[in-house]
Amino acid sequence: MRVKVLLFAAHRELVGQADTVAALPEGATVEVLIAELKARGGGWARLPVRPAVAVNHKYAGSDTMLEDGDEVALIPPVAGG
Amino acid sequence: MIWSDVTTDPIDPGTVLKRVGAPGDGAAALFVGMVRNSNEGRPVGGMEYEGYRDMARDQLAAIAAEAAQQADSDRVAVVHRLGELAIGEVSVAIAVSSPHRAEAFRAARYVIEEIKKRLPIWKRERYLDGEEVWLEGHLPVTGIEGTR
Repeated sequence: MRVKVLLFAAHRELVGQADTVAALPEGATVEVLIAELKARGGGWARLPVRPAVAVNHKYAGSDTMLEDGDEVALIPPVAGG
Repeated sequence: MIWSDVTTDPIDPGTVLKRVGAPGDGAAALFVGMVRNSNEGRPVGGMEYEGYRDMARDQLAAIAAEAAQQADSDRVAVVHRLGELAIGEVSVAIAVSSPHRAEAFRAARYVIEEIKKRLPIWKRERYLDGEEVWLEGHLPVTGIEGTR
C-alpha cells in the first residue's frame, strides 16, 4: 500500500521536501512508516524517532494502523497564536 | 453562530467581533494576538506563519465548538492568519459573547490556549540580525494509542 506523507516547518527543511509517498506492507503502523522514512538516510535520518503524527487530519498514536491512500502528516511541536 | 477560519488575508478584529453577539448577551470578549518586535530581548523584524491548512481548519472548528459548549453560548468566532506578517500585524483574533462576562472571558482564553497546544501552525521568527529560527513549540497530544 501507499501513503502520502506531508512535512512541515523544521521537518520540511530537514529533508528538503514538503511531501513524499511511502510504500509500506499491509497493516503497517505509523511507527513502521517513521522507520521507513528515517531509513532513507540524509536529513530523513534526523527526523525524530516518535514525532507527533496526524492521519487524515487527526492526531494519531504511533501504533495506529495505516491504510492505502492515507494522508500522514508529521507534526513538529506546534507554535500557533 | 460558531465561526472559524485559517486565512492568508489580513485580519480585522472588528469584523470578528461583529460575528458574535445576541440580544440576550451582556458581554463580549475579544482577544487579539499580534506580532511583537522582540523575543527574549532579541529584536524581531517579522514572522512567517506556516500551517497545515486543512487540518488547522478542522482543529480550529473543533476548538471553537468546545469553547462554545463550555460557555453555553453558540457565539464564538476565531480566525488565525498564515503567511508573512509584519510587526504589529494581527495573527489571531477570537471573539466570544455570552449573557455574562465570566463565560466570555473563559471561553476566549480556552480558544487561545488550545490553539497553542494543538493547532498545526508553526512560526519562523526573522531577527533583525538576519538569523531566522522556527520557534520552539508545544508537542501536541496525539490521543489514545491504537485508535483510528
